[in-house]
Amino acid sequence: MEERGSAPLGRLIEPLVSLRGVAKRFGERRAVDGVDLDVPAGACFGLLGPNGAGKTTTLRMVYGVTRPTAGRVHVFGLDVAREPRQVRSRLGVTLQENALIESLSPEDNLRVFGRFHLLRGAELERRVGELVDFLDLRSHAKVPVRHLSGGFQRRLAIALSLMNRPELLILDEPTTGLDPAIRQAVWARVRELRATGTTVLLTTHYMDEAERLCDDVAIFANGRIESQGAPRTLIARHLAAEALELDCGAIDEEKLFGEGGGSIRRMRAGNRLIVYASDVAPLLERVHRFDESGGCRAVVRPTNLEDVFLLLTGTRIGEADA
Amino acid sequence: MSVSLPHALAVWRRNASMYARTWKLNILPNFFEPVFYLMSIGIGVGAYIDRIGGVSYVEFLAPGLICVAAMNGASFEVTYNIFVRMSYEKAYDAMLTTPLQPEDVLVGELLWATTRACIYGGAFFLVVAAYGLAPLPHSLLALAVVPLAGLLFAVIGAAFTLRVATIDLFSFYFTLFLTPLFLFSDVFFPIGERLQGGWLWVAEVLPLLHPVRMARACFAGTFSPILLLDLAYILLLSAGLYAWSRGAIVRRLTS
Ligand SMILES: Nc1ncnc2c1ncn2[C@@H]1O[C@H](COP(=O)(O)OP(=O)(O)OP(=O)(O)O)[C@@H](O)[C@H]1O
Ligand SMILES: [Mg+2]
Repeated sequence: MEERGSAPLGRLIEPLVSLRGVAKRFGERRAVDGVDLDVPAGACFGLLGPNGAGKTTTLRMVYGVTRPTAGRVHVFGLDVAREPRQVRSRLGVTLQENALIESLSPEDNLRVFGRFHLLRGAELERRVGELVDFLDLRSHAKVPVRHLSGGFQRRLAIALSLMNRPELLILDEPTTGLDPAIRQAVWARVRELRATGTTVLLTTHYMDEAERLCDDVAIFANGRIESQGAPRTLIARHLAAEALELDCGAIDEEKLFGEGGGSIRRMRAGNRLIVYASDVAPLLERVHRFDESGGCRAVVRPTNLEDVFLLLTGTRIGEADA
Repeated sequence: MSVSLPHALAVWRRNASMYARTWKLNILPNFFEPVFYLMSIGIGVGAYIDRIGGVSYVEFLAPGLICVAAMNGASFEVTYNIFVRMSYEKAYDAMLTTPLQPEDVLVGELLWATTRACIYGGAFFLVVAAYGLAPLPHSLLALAVVPLAGLLFAVIGAAFTLRVATIDLFSFYFTLFLTPLFLFSDVFFPIGERLQGGWLWVAEVLPLLHPVRMARACFAGTFSPILLLDLAYILLLSAGLYAWSRGAIVRRLTS
């Protein structure tokens, strides 16, 4: 990938993507319900949220194929509704579901896509070659896509969205269904693109992915942003630093944390209880005294983004909030 | 948003790339079909019919069947193929992540369907000419009617496809719409001699009659002013349905 020149000053002040009061209704259903969002140039921004929270709809409004029912969307300082061609010529999108031409090879898929950007001749061939190498597609570059593995197809889908050397790369669940090695490879490519100045806006259901890649995340629930900020900041804002996980029924929970532990935040999923505290050592002590056989399978770990996600999106199966 | 021809041509090119990979396989049936028609009618039905409209029965059929070939070539493309690309393959969702607009997609698809009509109709013409059934040079003018018929049935089919929600409805389009057109549009018998009063007007409203009449005139080498009305019908209906389809594809792709 080629290095782009340093960002003009204006970009440092103005966010690359800016949503103000954006809403989208499908009939009675409020898919997106009043979203304000700023993605600074050069950042990697993650949209998180349960199925149906409105992430894909929000992305579609960013690149201008879904018209907001209310609010304004600006990308590169341009009004997307007014200048969709200009905006889309400068961004790339990897859709949640691959839309590849199965009978054509990766190279031919790239050529077709390049022509949508009006690339031709030597320039088109150069970029096809570049992207085949960048996403490690060389070994199967001439094989019909329908014979390729899921990981290969996903990498090709990402390659398509880079055909126009986008300033903004939108990735809708880029690594869903990929094996760990390919996920790592995709992350490496995203980091390389960021190093050359590309801004990234992605959605994911993997909290580890968000923590690893994103400077900032916004957690969606029911079409609204529940909270946004850097992953570390979000964790600190909503939960104590340490988590104690253990198998524990409701009665034992009451005995362990019921009296005296009233201010401790707890979450429950089935028989598994998670307790949050700035220092869980005294709690662990208590558990060990109570459970000498070790049947609770207690684990201490740092609080992570997944904890915050479950807390904010209300998708946990059951909870015991103090 | 106004149409960008370069972007529309990129869509045309996409379909052409796919067709080109297997063009030899794709194009062969286009030649067999007319051969079978001409053989069956020539040795079969034609033997019982002396002359019709002043020519032998195979000669009578040739110009009409060329238009039917164009109709079929375009229709398959804008019904099943567009529906699959739109609803199953999500090809248009991918296109709309690029500078392409829904209008460009529509124009690209219509141009491609018209191209398919020309391949079908052109192949049919070649076979007919090889049989010595196309009086030269004036019958060559019928080659100009082929893209007109193709465009007309491309917009008619696209307008239908952009309205329907399930692929099952296309069998109705083919059996309840295209088949009657095929049978009652001056292709198999001179409708002027067989249909009475009101029914003649019904036939006049149907789209296939107009290209057939034009192609027939080209084969006969006798041109009358009514052909201008046929041309006007084709262009006006195409323009009207195009305008409607434009709105429909924008609604369908950008909800
Ligand atoms: N074209 C549409 N017509 C009607 N409803 C829609 C349409 N697109 C999305 N929705 C609805 O809007 C809501 C938000 O959908 P969206 O696809 O944005 O969610 P998401 O956060 O991307 O979910 P997922 O994680 O499953 O991909 C859902 O309830 C969905 O059913
Ligand atoms: Mg989604």
